[in-house]
Amino acid sequence: MSAAGATRPTPILEVRGIGKVYGSVIALSDISTSVGAGEVLCVLGDNGAGKSTLLKVLAGVYPHSSGELLLDGAAVRFTGPRLALDAGIATVYQDLAIVPLMPVWRNFFLGAELSAGIGPFSRLKVAEMRAITLAQLGRMGIDLRDVDQPIGTLSGGERQSVAIARAIYFGARVVILDEPTSALGVKQAGVVLRYVAQARDHGLGVVFVTHNPHHAYPVGDRFLVLNRGASLGEFDRKGITIDELTRLMAGGAELESLARELERD
Amino acid sequence: MTMLTAPGAAPDASPDERLTRTHPMVRLLRRPEIGALVAALAIFGYFSVATTSFLSTAGVATWLYSASLFGIMAVAVAMLMIGGEFDLSAGAMTGTTGLLVGAFTTQWGMNLWFAMLLALLIALAVGAFNGFLVVKTAIPSFIVTLGTFFILQGLNLAGTKLVTGQVAIQGMTLVPGFDAGKAIFGSTIPVFGVNLKVSVFWWLGITAVASWLLLRTRYGNWIFAIGGQLQSAVQTGVPVKRTRIGLFMGTAAAGWLVGMLSLFDVATVQATTGIGQEFIYIICAVVGGCLLTGGYGSAIGAALGALIYGMILQGIVFAQWDNNWLKAFLGGMLLLAVLVNLSVRRQAGVRA
Repeated sequence: MSAAGATRPTPILEVRGIGKVYGSVIALSDISTSVGAGEVLCVLGDNGAGKSTLLKVLAGVYPHSSGELLLDGAAVRFTGPRLALDAGIATVYQDLAIVPLMPVWRNFFLGAELSAGIGPFSRLKVAEMRAITLAQLGRMGIDLRDVDQPIGTLSGGERQSVAIARAIYFGARVVILDEPTSALGVKQAGVVLRYVAQARDHGLGVVFVTHNPHHAYPVGDRFLVLNRGASLGEFDRKGITIDELTRLMAGGAELESLARELERD
Repeated sequence: MTMLTAPGAAPDASPDERLTRTHPMVRLLRRPEIGALVAALAIFGYFSVATTSFLSTAGVATWLYSASLFGIMAVAVAMLMIGGEFDLSAGAMTGTTGLLVGAFTTQWGMNLWFAMLLALLIALAVGAFNGFLVVKTAIPSFIVTLGTFFILQGLNLAGTKLVTGQVAIQGMTLVPGFDAGKAIFGSTIPVFGVNLKVSVFWWLGITAVASWLLLRTRYGNWIFAIGGQLQSAVQTGVPVKRTRIGLFMGTAAAGWLVGMLSLFDVATVQATTGIGQEFIYIICAVVGGCLLTGGYGSAIGAALGALIYGMILQGIVFAQWDNNWLKAFLGGMLLLAVLVNLSVRRQAGVRA
């Protein structure tokens, strides 16, 4: 059942028996998984399964309550998002942290602008930032005509992809994607999945958090299924079919009994 | 994994069929200040033809002077509005700073330059107070600065009466160093036969600096981001609090500059100076393309908005109309500008 074979190199990010308790609520208990370079780990589960909690532990938003978090094989404890970012773990949240009315290139470099000169007289390296934005998006296979257009004019999938490209450019080794396809139509979701694959092919570790097995299955190498804060198991793609995955997520037996209940006599 | 490569591997060879080619003219029309430019040309043309004195050298100097004082404030207010905030205390601040310098020098014999420096520091402190309150409490700046506005208005009137027994401060010409101050803030410079007030050059300079700040420095990027989507600015590590407080200090500093420009121009300060002008600055900024919701606008646009206001203000006098038409005109223009801005934003195709 476990995909963690003995031959795998040390993963970039690994959790062992990790748990998170908020006051008296056990949000997450005894979860073990890992993601290495060039791998896509899909974290699946219904609403309230603990996906967000796991994501926030990995992103350094909350420190874990029990278990171990390992970075390149060494135990660490993230006490803030900055620490996770410095370790090369970037999170792309659902709202993408973009400013719709600003040009694509200004969004790309927001908060990390390149400038030349000293103190109050430093000026933006506009041409350089435009060129880098265009090149980085091109590397991801995003062909933009004009990096000066407001990012709000891009489609949902493209915006998501720009946010991913930005995370990669600023030194991410692991990208955590929070429901990147949930608000998108079929085609746009396909666009994003393509970029997830691109990121993987560039040697990044990807943690893909989603409740949609149809989006996870085509790109995922391994699937961690959560339910009520606990793991229902981790599977590699060879070990599970999409139907089994869907059934498992939906609580298998529950869905079958629902189907019987709804059936007309 | 070549099959996963996105289509369009040969960029620019085949343009995306879903996008129409952006004509340079369309790009120009998308600039935030373009509406104000067209309006300014139209109003200039109208008054040039309709009145005889509008284009006279004295006439040009008059409306440019009006525009310059409003323009300096409008540019600072526009930067603040791009950052998503309002400052209703900006008008009263032009009075407060002038009155402070007047009282310090004529009543208490303080050195002129020291008095000016002290007034600037007080103005910056008030601006920082506004900003600090907005950032710390998340109370809308409209309310915070409305409070500061009334406080300043009250202090200006009551303080002036208390110190001088009148509602104005006079006798600035007798203060040592006044002539040197007038050279910087109150002189006239002839340009092509037009005796331009030095404030016009301050206005141009401030507009240039503000444009540069907004478009070519990281502070500008941060201002647009804060006004456009505050949460995103926080998430990307923009020093949000510092930038927002700085913007409020900017309008206060502009208030000081305009206070000095009027003080040295006429050597007297009325206790009511600047009151009621706070909305005119906002209107100039909006006419110049600033969105009331923040995140979009330009300094040049705001300067053009002030130019329009200055031309109408004096043009109505030259045309010998009833002065009250100005207010009606102003209101109409504001609504028109808001509608134009809205449609521009829609045309940009921005999906919020």
